[in-house]
Amino acid sequence: MSCMASFPLLSRVLHWLMAIMILAMLFIGLFMASSVGPNYHRLVTLHRPLGIAILVLAILRLGNRLRSSVQPLPDDMPRLLRWAATASHLLLYGLMIALPLVGWGMLSAGGFPIPLWGQSVLLPSILPHNPVLWSWLRSAHSVLAFALFGLVLAHIGAALFHGLIRRDSVLRSMI
Amino acid sequence: MGELHDAGSYGHGFRRAYAKGVCVSGWFDASGDASHLSRAAVFHEQHVPVIGRFALAVGQPYAPDSAVTVRSMALRLMPPDAPEWRTGMNDPPVLPLRDARDVSDFFASQQIDPATGKPDPARMKAFGMTHPWLKSAADENTHRFVSSGFADDTFHSLDSFVLVAADGTRTAVRWAMIPMQSVEPGDGKTGDRDYLFRKLIGDIHDHPLQWHLVITVAGAHDVINDPSQIWAQDDQTVDAGTLTLNSIESEEGGPCTGITFDPLILPPGIQPSDDPILQVRSAVYMRSFSLRSGEKRSPSAVTPSLIQTSEGRKS
Ligand code: HEM
Ligand code: HEM
Repeated sequence: MSCMASFPLLSRVLHWLMAIMILAMLFIGLFMASSVGPNYHRLVTLHRPLGIAILVLAILRLGNRLRSSVQPLPDDMPRLLRWAATASHLLLYGLMIALPLVGWGMLSAGGFPIPLWGQSVLLPSILPHNPVLWSWLRSAHSVLAFALFGLVLAHIGAALFHGLIRRDSVLRSMI
Repeated sequence: MGELHDAGSYGHGFRRAYAKGVCVSGWFDASGDASHLSRAAVFHEQHVPVIGRFALAVGQPYAPDSAVTVRSMALRLMPPDAPEWRTGMNDPPVLPLRDARDVSDFFASQQIDPATGKPDPARMKAFGMTHPWLKSAADENTHRFVSSGFADDTFHSLDSFVLVAADGTRTAVRWAMIPMQSVEPGDGKTGDRDYLFRKLIGDIHDHPLQWHLVITVAGAHDVINDPSQIWAQDDQTVDAGTLTLNSIESEEGGPCTGITFDPLILPPGIQPSDDPILQVRSAVYMRSFSLRSGEKRSPSAVTPSLIQTSEGRKS
């Protein structure tokens, strides 16, 4: 069994922090968009800053990843699997950045003020007010959220595959 | 949303409710009298730009005007240096719905019967029977005074909000727009499908229309989180300022079409109460807005040329 070193502490902390945040966001998003209950406004109010925090962390994380050492995958893995791993990681980074940007952009296009914190701290609008664009981005936000959800599930599946079936050191390298 | 659709909402790019409407604009001048209750910029500043919309609470944008249909005034107040405030108000004094459950039961009872093209009266009656707590509100609304048009109508926030003062003091309130135009009873007997809108266009071209924004402070016995309960008549009121509307445009290309009047878009100094209807409205308006914005829209009943001709008639 090839033995790989662990990821640097910063990478691991970022990974697990964001894992929790993203899963929470997916559920908050789904729940708020399908409910008209007494917590609707509270959930939306939480959804925005948490989403923006994910955006900031994802950019930091991408920087960190480009700068720091990346543990290579075990070399006994088939090429196709390695290719799939790289592609899925790229997509995960892409969605972690694109999804909150689409959220921010769609509210801008919808002509909404975008409170980030309380009622006084607002995000600037990043797109011109355009209802057709708003509607389009609103659908894109759902589609991308479901894509991210699917990808996260596949990612968890792959991690467990490494840890439980292949029993290599990949899962351990992130713990 | 499904229930709204089954209750006869039209779609095709129109608002899922309050589909027949027109854009207006003007400004708001604070009197300063509400500034001790709320730190919101609108209660301190002069000449705050306003975009608004008058509408009839119908699902069908081409429905003929009728005196008894609920009328609405929706406003977006935009102080140049502070977050904006959006509010939607209706002309009945109370909302005969208390929470999300009532709302969904109500729209289900309004479902269009394919045989008659109208809601089934038996279902509507059953709704009344199974929701006895709404009876007093429904009676209140049935017996309300109906004015001659939009210009001399009073519009109520119905839902309650909390004003927050500079020192943090919180005050539960409702508000209403009370017309400065002289008020006349409506007769409603006219063959014109758009008579209410035609009259509004004529009135606004005649002279700017004005309303007082009157804030009612909750008294000791007023129920704050239930818009189906009327408040005491002797509550303290504050005249917060004057709304002036001097321009009117069709929804075709008008400035109110591409926005939604979500009642929870509030500036610092105004906060939602725990009234559950506010949450329902915020969520439903968001969904109505994303659906209608993606659709190809047919022309509004109140067309630019209707606005032109009514103008010509006046001048
Ligand atoms: C990683 C970050 C994010 C994730 C995972 C996420 C996820 C979601 C999900 C799953 C939904 C429900 C979609 C549906 O069922 O149609 C949603 C809706 C929404 N999201 Fe996000 N989102 C993120 C970031 C943001 C940001 C940054 C904003 C705004 C600044 C935002 C604003 C919204 C809004 C306004 C809705 C619609 C609410 C409604 O329809 O009632 N999101 N989001
Ligand atoms: C309780 C259940 C209610 C439901 C389900 C409901 C639903 C809706 C919907 C779907 C729209 C169209 C929004 C858009 O596409 O922009 C709308 C508009 C509006 N609603 Fe409600 N509404 C409710 C209660 C109220 C109450 C209590 C008020 C007033 C106090 C109110 C005032 C308005 C106004 C003024 C508009 C028109 C806004 C405009 O002209 O754009 N609604 N409503």
